[in-house]
Amino acid sequence: MTDPGRADDPPRRPEAIRAVPVRHPGRWISAAVIVVLVAQIVNWAINNPAFKWNVVGKYLFSTSILQGVKTTIALTIIAMAMGILGGIVLAVMRLSANPILSGVSWVYIWLFRGTPVLVQLLFWYNLPSVIQSISLGVPFGPGWLITDDPTTIFTKLVAACLGLGLNEAAYMAEIARAGILSVDEGQVEAASALGMTRRLSMRRIVLPQAMRVIIPPTGNETISMLKTSSLASVISVVELLYTAQIIYGRTFQVIPLLIVASIWYLFMTSILTVGQYYIERRFSRGASRSLPPTPLQRLRFLVTRSPVMAR
Amino acid sequence: MTAMVQAEAVHKRFGNLEVLKGIDLEVAPRDVFCLVGPSGSGKSTFLRCINHLEKIDAGRLSVDGELVGYRQKGDKLYELSDREVCQKRQEIGMVFQSFNLFPHLTVLGNVMEAPCRVSGEAKATVRARAEKLLDRVGLKEKADNYPAQLSGGQQQRVAIARALAMQPKLMLFDEPTSALDPELVGDVLDVMRGLADDGMTMIVVTHEMGFAREVGDAIVFMDDGVVVETGKPRDVLTNPQHERTKAFLSKVL
Repeated sequence: MTDPGRADDPPRRPEAIRAVPVRHPGRWISAAVIVVLVAQIVNWAINNPAFKWNVVGKYLFSTSILQGVKTTIALTIIAMAMGILGGIVLAVMRLSANPILSGVSWVYIWLFRGTPVLVQLLFWYNLPSVIQSISLGVPFGPGWLITDDPTTIFTKLVAACLGLGLNEAAYMAEIARAGILSVDEGQVEAASALGMTRRLSMRRIVLPQAMRVIIPPTGNETISMLKTSSLASVISVVELLYTAQIIYGRTFQVIPLLIVASIWYLFMTSILTVGQYYIERRFSRGASRSLPPTPLQRLRFLVTRSPVMAR
Repeated sequence: MTAMVQAEAVHKRFGNLEVLKGIDLEVAPRDVFCLVGPSGSGKSTFLRCINHLEKIDAGRLSVDGELVGYRQKGDKLYELSDREVCQKRQEIGMVFQSFNLFPHLTVLGNVMEAPCRVSGEAKATVRARAEKLLDRVGLKEKADNYPAQLSGGQQQRVAIARALAMQPKLMLFDEPTSALDPELVGDVLDVMRGLADDGMTMIVVTHEMGFAREVGDAIVFMDDGVVVETGKPRDVLTNPQHERTKAFLSKVL
């Protein structure tokens, strides 16, 4: 018997096992087949004259394309901001004890999730042409005229933001609701027992914890929105896709300009993917004992083989 | 002297199930009452009625001379608003079986949250008090940790500090040691013993008969929604008067 309490008498440790590892010929063969196929496709894409890479290079950083990228980003940010804020409000309404509030929220979600976003975009785009004026006032009472010409307020960009944002709010509402419901009931009880009002405990205790559940699908929604914003081209908002369309309508370089647009979409979604990873990491604070290492830390581990402490 | 907690014929039902069938109880300031009894006897429900986490259906329940959840004008009762109920809860600390610490806040954040946000006290004052409280429960060096990094016993002691940070005049404990590993129970009970020695009025739902005997001013034995027997811990534990008390004690002692 060894006595673990005595340092001068260390327990005998057997030698580490040395064995011939199992060979995996199947893995090597399948890898080789895939590598050949991929190389063929890449070669075809690079050397195919139809892709006109010189044209792609010429337009990739052209002023009008960059302007289109800016509009796409603005559209995505505004629509997502509307979607997230609206979604949280709708989710809180949906969970409210007041049947009118939760009913209205249910109908909103039913309406905006049940019709295509393209139809909604066209709806907001065409709405100002059929209403004469917009005024603000007491319900069913006197009002003050705001404008005789609704198109000055409902510009194409506003129509696009409304179409995308209001639709997104319906989806975000369900995501936020799932997040709020995921928080343990004991948390609200503990908050109440400390004297917190419902509103305060929602803001300080429930929502921050719901975020951990809400963030990952919201990241997906943002990436999806970046691409869906291209639908605004249909109502001639000059975003990335419509810019490319305008250029190829003039120059007939259809494929190269679609490639230009795709490269930009891919670049932006890649950035968002990385951003999402770090935001998720931040909101998982307190959820587990230690945070998972970042990709950089993992890379360092692969290179040096020394375990890193996640910070 | 006004009783800290006064219950007269308190009834509570969940749907068809009558959980409290007329509870009468009077807890004087500085008293430590231990509620014991089989599970399902209504101990926790009664405790939760005291700070209005559950609404009572009939009877009268008051804390420090004021009705719980209602205001009386003439012979009419007016329900209190969410804000008013919260105002009153600030004076009653509660500790839960499952700790319910806020996992997204640090230990210090947990303790400081309510005094800063609810009573709106200055951050520096609260911080000093929170650090003192954490020192008192023996967890000063864990102030910057998150709850998930603590053991169950440490989490429960933080929960006690969190409740004390609101400077309550009454503390409710709902089976504070039931979710703990046996070797961690002692630390939590030590903290509670210290509180009792300082004169805090406490109502403790517990299965720790040793604690009840040593610290309690009274043991209240509940079964099936009624108080079966109340008395000095020594008397109830060594010389129970009712059959049901005897049967219960023979199983737990």
